[in-house]
Amino acid sequence: MTKLVQYPSGAYVLERDAYSTPVLETYHLGIDFGGLSAVNNFNIIVGPTEISGLIGPNGAGKTTVFNLLTKVYQPSKGTILVNGHDTSKMSTVDVNKAGVARTFQNIRLFDKMSVIDNVKVAMNNSMNYNPLHAIFRTPKYYKEEKRIHQKALELLDIFNMSDLAETTAGSLPYGAQRRLEIIRALATKPLLLLLDEPAAGMNPNETKELMETIRGIRDKFNIAIILIEHDMSLVMNICEGIAVLNYGRIIAKGTPKDIQNNPVVIEAYLGKPDQED
Amino acid sequence: MEKTIRKIFDKKHISRTISYLVVIGGFVAVQLLMNTVGIKSLFRSLLVPTCCYIVAALSLNLVVGVSGELSLGHAGFMSVGAFTGIIICGVLEPYLALNWLRLLIAIILGGVAAAIVGLLISIPVLKLQGDYLAIVTLAFCQIIKSLLNNIYLGIDSNGLHFSFIENRVSLIPGGKMLLSGPMGATATTRLATFTAGFLLILLSLLIIYNLTYSRYGRTIMAARDNRIAAESVGIHIRNTKMLAFVISACLAGMSGALFGLNYSTLQPAKFDFNLSILILVYVVLGGLGNITGTIIATLILYALPELLRGLQDYRMLIYSIILIVIMLITNNRKLKDKTDALIADIKARLPKKGSAAHD
Repeated sequence: MTKLVQYPSGAYVLERDAYSTPVLETYHLGIDFGGLSAVNNFNIIVGPTEISGLIGPNGAGKTTVFNLLTKVYQPSKGTILVNGHDTSKMSTVDVNKAGVARTFQNIRLFDKMSVIDNVKVAMNNSMNYNPLHAIFRTPKYYKEEKRIHQKALELLDIFNMSDLAETTAGSLPYGAQRRLEIIRALATKPLLLLLDEPAAGMNPNETKELMETIRGIRDKFNIAIILIEHDMSLVMNICEGIAVLNYGRIIAKGTPKDIQNNPVVIEAYLGKPDQED
Repeated sequence: MEKTIRKIFDKKHISRTISYLVVIGGFVAVQLLMNTVGIKSLFRSLLVPTCCYIVAALSLNLVVGVSGELSLGHAGFMSVGAFTGIIICGVLEPYLALNWLRLLIAIILGGVAAAIVGLLISIPVLKLQGDYLAIVTLAFCQIIKSLLNNIYLGIDSNGLHFSFIENRVSLIPGGKMLLSGPMGATATTRLATFTAGFLLILLSLLIIYNLTYSRYGRTIMAARDNRIAAESVGIHIRNTKMLAFVISACLAGMSGALFGLNYSTLQPAKFDFNLSILILVYVVLGGLGNITGTIIATLILYALPELLRGLQDYRMLIYSIILIVIMLITNNRKLKDKTDALIADIKARLPKKGSAAHD
């Protein structure tokens, strides 16, 4: 069983990650939308090989946290450190370069482009030729394109999608679109992968398969994963640390076992017991 | 060799092959006609402008179709290219006897000048999106026109003389006015040739296709399809759009330079809002992002008013009606589905290699 250790700041981290630089640290992170505080005093620490879950009722601010971490929203308060680097001056693009990749709750693929081109777009920053090489088709262009094609195929192959490489992304079935979004995020070589409701709309079988996939990604790529999910069986099964969010605040943190038995969490999801009668 | 041939007729690149074939075929046909039957001087005078409009439409397609930003100021870049080209040719005339070399230098520098203007404009413009971007580009086109309307530039043996707003250029005998305010260029040596236009089309096809099928094309299209997702995988939206914008401006400048050197007189007012819209119509009608379509639409729509000359006063009326009808037909879903079904039907009836023996 995994064990958590507590940092002086009060945040928990996995025992095996306790002595390495955390891939993500947030301190007093918060954002206000016109006076309404959507996320407040959000503190977490995620170790470099941890699968952690962010759960909470609808409207608790989970996706807002992801948007803050990736700088889609600029935080009103607090700091975010990615792999020890302060991201306060970074844009979404810089945060990705620093090692954070994500998927979206409502799938955001490049619909009109082929599957492999979706992956190649994400590998763009690891490519090394300029517009003149492209226009005049120099040997460097061919070399780089061939290299990236090979790499994209390899990545698709890991997820059994290399057969679909030339299919238009928008015409893929739902499950495959979700998978492609994960592949695209991985193509940017992240240290931390943020999955926003990866199991949404999946049947129990697909969810089970997804569970294996997520664990597989962590083991193969050796990265940290944070996932937002409503499917409790998935969360309790694969997450090593869980944070519960309600009204923009963390109301509980701990191992799946701690969370399952936490009265505050049960109250947030089901309401106070004495109100029921 | 076999690999190259297979690549040319590859399904993925078939539209590229068709584009090149249309352009080369058109050039050969016109050359044959000119050298055998001969063509009317009216049509001969249309050849170079047609080439210029095709290049301008192709370059606008890069911004509107591939990059997905509506720009209404494309005539501005043509204008910059045209007058840069005219000035360069005027300055070089005494030193360089080779006409084609002067034309080449003028086209290149016209493109460079337009690219620089495009780069400067793109800095404020690309902070905006959608309608706002369209209106700002329109305003820039007006600014360029107004500036050029007020430039007086002359050359004599003492060098270049320049004045702004008022004509204070006094030249010693033997000197020549290159730009004279609203009158524009008045005594340009006509250097443009149909062959140059043809080569310019080929060059722009080469640039546009090679750029589209590269990492840059992918990022430009990704930024168009889903901005947030593109940023989340580390794509700099502004830099990406800027590249498309600057290359588009450069090609428009080149087409402008060729256009300018096709006439002995050219006024800055020629490159107004109407011209920008005209080019946009070619692009929209040809299909956003569709390069062969853009070429064909330009050919038809540019030739149409000339073919309708016989109708005299009703010419523009009929032209506009035809435009409306074409737009309605090409956007008709039912009709599109029917043609698609028809094409699929024909494809299914064609004998396949393997099954031919069983029939």
